[in-house]
Amino acid sequence: MKTELPSGLVVVVKRDCPTCELVAPVLADLASRGALSIYSQDDPDFPEGLAVRDDRELELSYHHDIEAVPTLLRVEEGREVERTEGWHRGDWEKLTGLSGLGRDLPDWRPGCGSLSQLPEQRAALRARFESDTLRARRIPLAPLEDVYEALHERGWSDGLPMIPPTPERVLTMLDGTSRAPDEVVAEVPPDLVPCSVEKVAINAVMAGCRPEYLPVVLSALEAACNDDFNMHGVLCTTMPVGPILIVNGPIRRRIGMNSGKNVFGQGNRANQSIGRALQLVIRNLGGGRPGEVDRATHGNPGKLGLCFAEDEEGSPWEPYCCDAGFEAGTDTVTLFAAEGPRCIVDQISREPESLARSLAAGLRGVAHPKTVMGMDALLAVGPEHARVFREAGWSKTQLLERLNELLTISGEELVRGAGGIAEGLPERLRGASLPKFRPGGLRVVHCGGAAGLFSTIFGGWAGGAMGSQPVTREVRP
Amino acid sequence: MSSGDTTRFILDPGNESKPAIRRQLPRLPDLAGRSIGLLDISKARGDLFLDRLESRLRDHGANVLRFSKPTFTKPAPLDLRQQIAVECDAVLEALAD
Repeated sequence: MKTELPSGLVVVVKRDCPTCELVAPVLADLASRGALSIYSQDDPDFPEGLAVRDDRELELSYHHDIEAVPTLLRVEEGREVERTEGWHRGDWEKLTGLSGLGRDLPDWRPGCGSLSQLPEQRAALRARFESDTLRARRIPLAPLEDVYEALHERGWSDGLPMIPPTPERVLTMLDGTSRAPDEVVAEVPPDLVPCSVEKVAINAVMAGCRPEYLPVVLSALEAACNDDFNMHGVLCTTMPVGPILIVNGPIRRRIGMNSGKNVFGQGNRANQSIGRALQLVIRNLGGGRPGEVDRATHGNPGKLGLCFAEDEEGSPWEPYCCDAGFEAGTDTVTLFAAEGPRCIVDQISREPESLARSLAAGLRGVAHPKTVMGMDALLAVGPEHARVFREAGWSKTQLLERLNELLTISGEELVRGAGGIAEGLPERLRGASLPKFRPGGLRVVHCGGAAGLFSTIFGGWAGGAMGSQPVTREVRP
Repeated sequence: MSSGDTTRFILDPGNESKPAIRRQLPRLPDLAGRSIGLLDISKARGDLFLDRLESRLRDHGANVLRFSKPTFTKPAPLDLRQQIAVECDAVLEALAD
């Protein structure tokens, strides 16, 4: 409820302000001359001897955006028409239409900060006066209940500690997006629950996100919850896959994401918490919990959340978002269903053909060396490997074409029993020549630290319409 | 700032429409004359298992209807779920893996 302003003159003061102390005689003068309403932020007995309204709850100060004390307002029919801050005799006389105010005072003194503007106070005030915009059920905690334990006990945690989603934090999180809190972002599998921006914000708080990460989380959820990405299947498969998030565009730098050293590892808040927030939404909204609908045989630690930024600046190639049909420089997030990363080491090759052969040899092992056209893969080329292709003038398309040529395999190597391995393709395919990856099933990104002649492979899941396809969404503010 | 209310709240991150308890449907009293659906999720060799189930169900006098999902990787399409709900008294979803 917005506090109504009384008509006439209104002044907001606090005792803990030398300028307010200084102007106390002026306030007494104004009060004796007509309508003056005084609101005190910290002591309703100040200024002494005058009728003072208590604003220690800061309701009036908050709703009327009082930034400094003293603030003098002129109010007509409940509406503010003029204000001045601090003490400036000329301004006060102009606003009040009275002359001769505070003759004994200096002409001018700056005011002090309003208590309603204290940074540590803002979130609490918002929660007190604006939390009616929140729709989620409020769960009270017992006086002695440990909130961190409570989050685990209620089944909301992925196993790690979480930030408690208080109304204060959720309101602050919602500042990160221009979307309305009640906008439905997606229907989240497996339970197909409509998920509002507010619910995403709650889980983003729990995951440790900052508000500026929220747009990435929202777009990632959109990318996850559709028939192409097939989050339901990615969740419930016995394979060890989860959604990997690749972020492109200027937003990577704005929110401080890591695309360099230890890019898939620990240590960067945005990388860690964005992927985690998506997984918490799927767990808490969608009901996708390990051992229940999530039937993974082994899983992988990336299922806590695996998100990284592409190194666009250091790349010899156009950014990944261009492969997905967006212009370079567009903020996008791409979801790719994949296992954990594994490293391909080649410290000798300085020719692109040789290096491509190394990478192909590593990619051959995705799922099983005899598996063809089933599983997709993501190849993250490290900067030192990328340099070999750059110096030779190889485009990304050229690299992909060569890899696919090198990964076209004779049926003789793939059939059941070949190499003494029972696993394999039916005997009738012995004469065939088959590609390891379906068309478009192999994708390339550039990232990692500047030192190390390494690249990384993420083995994917069943690709295409019968499984999961990478999905890219623009990140909207 | 003074405030008399010190109750701490957190906001529910989960699905608030989820019922606390989902009741199971009553069991069919018998199989004779009942329409029993067998849903093949389309994994390899699931048909062998379902063929055996069909044979056993027919021995009990059931009318067996066979269905299959387009792919095991995705939920059954809505129209298939509705068809099963309309045509069957019960459904068995089975896989051999």
